[in-house]
Amino acid sequence: MKTNKRLIPGFGISMGITLALLSIMVLIPLASLVVFTAKMDLSDIIKVITRPRVVASFEVSLLTSFIASVINAVMGVILAWVLVRYDFPGKRILDGMIELPFALPTAVAGISLTSLYADTGWIGGLFADMGIKIAYTRVGITIALIFIGIPFVVRTVQPVLEKIDPLYEEAAGILGASRTRIFRKVILPELRPAVFTGFGLAFGRCLGEYGSVVFIAGNQPYETEITPLIIMSELQEYDYPSATAIALVMLAAAFLILFLVNLIQIGNSKILKGGH
Amino acid sequence: MAAENAEKTAPVISREGSTEIHAKTAGSKAVKIILITVSVLFLFVMLVMPLITVIYEAFRKGLAPYLEAISDPDTVSALLLTLEATVIAVVINTVFGLFAAWAISKFRFHGKKVLVTLIDLPVTVSPIIAGLIFVLTFGRQSVIYPFLESIDFMVVYAVPGIILATVFVTFPFISREILPVLDAQGTDEEEAAALMGAKGFTIFRRITLPHIKWALMYGIVLCAARAMGEFGAVSVLSGHLRGKTVTLPLQVEILFGDNKFMPAFAVSSILVVLAILILIVRSIVEYVGKRKKGENSQS
Repeated sequence: MKTNKRLIPGFGISMGITLALLSIMVLIPLASLVVFTAKMDLSDIIKVITRPRVVASFEVSLLTSFIASVINAVMGVILAWVLVRYDFPGKRILDGMIELPFALPTAVAGISLTSLYADTGWIGGLFADMGIKIAYTRVGITIALIFIGIPFVVRTVQPVLEKIDPLYEEAAGILGASRTRIFRKVILPELRPAVFTGFGLAFGRCLGEYGSVVFIAGNQPYETEITPLIIMSELQEYDYPSATAIALVMLAAAFLILFLVNLIQIGNSKILKGGH
Repeated sequence: MAAENAEKTAPVISREGSTEIHAKTAGSKAVKIILITVSVLFLFVMLVMPLITVIYEAFRKGLAPYLEAISDPDTVSALLLTLEATVIAVVINTVFGLFAAWAISKFRFHGKKVLVTLIDLPVTVSPIIAGLIFVLTFGRQSVIYPFLESIDFMVVYAVPGIILATVFVTFPFISREILPVLDAQGTDEEEAAALMGAKGFTIFRRITLPHIKWALMYGIVLCAARAMGEFGAVSVLSGHLRGKTVTLPLQVEILFGDNKFMPAFAVSSILVVLAILILIVRSIVEYVGKRKKGENSQS
């Protein structure tokens, strides 16, 4: 393909600008993380990340992110189904609204959810009467993470659902399959990779989320303190080695999730391109 | 005999089949109503109610306190800083997005996959970690800190840090939107134009740009939305110096932390209006883009 390079002009300049900006914005900052880590002792890193308070924050972050992402996976399939298969007034508005968590600054979402779910809030008040506290508990964190993760599963499942020909369901129906059976045997196998992809993306996003959670979390050590918040407080105390050590664990988790999502994505793109 | 039987029973089966299908559609109507209700309720509680809360809390003391809150000098300077960071992020990322997408889609080279992964990296790391790596790069313990100090250029707890963080978290937003369009379009048209003697910029302006126009606009909208709302990364690098290094989302945090709830929601309402505007622009761009695409494929 050498002729290709010669034919269309601009390879040198576009590649040059791409690499220059990429270096300044991404590579050099990342390199400084690597350099800083290299100067630290492995035993120090392990000492930091096995502190009870840090371990507790891992548990809080993983647990709340997982529950929020499971709820979003279920709701995401329902929402995608409703948006693809049904026609009803206001559908376009509903479809546009899905993207709101991307457009609304996380801090605004955070304070708004906090006052909504506090004991004096509209929703929190209802639950407070029953003796259930939402804001400043792990439930509150989970709700903030559900908010953040809504678009992911919907937007990965939607295009796959659009590709599935209803003919197969009709065929299954005529052959006598019940609706739940059709969904389980015909539709779900096609959707599964997309659901897992969306789940993985949402889960990754939830683990790193900060803005919407800090207000509603209450930030009690061991109880409602998420990992990004611990990094933040280490930074405010100028304890850069501790912050970096904890950040490395989070980065490892993020890359693991990304790797798994990519594995699934390969299967998914086969379905999308396989052309039914 | 068997054939005769089949002939006789065939219409009966099909009639039975059709009633069965009718029963199913009636049943699925109930399912449809249930699913739509569940979806609408979920989105109402999770998305609409927070928005109503912001507007309600912002105006609960009336219009005069609201106007007073949003015309506070700290808030105005926060708005200006947010706009500054957003404009710079959009400009840099547009330039980057166009060149990167051109390089990746129009040429073949080794390491393309690595390049694409690196470009996407900023959106996969937590905003707090994004802030952390800039602190490590430009902060007091960095090797280049003495040099930065000698030219009196502060990044951490200063405006350049906020701008860097904003550019970082939105880095792939525009290239990511353009790239699939350029990939799908291939290189034939550009090659033809180059063979006929067109210069690089002419090829881009006359051939490539019309194809990616809508994707580019959509990318810019997404980039602007994320840039003005960025909280975590900016929070790490800001130092919260009021009137100096505070963006609108940070101003919301400060006011809320000071128990000034009404002003916090008043400032939030600006961001809510911007978010809704962005969603509307997004829908329009997507709608027009799809229609244009449809026309193109028809003609």
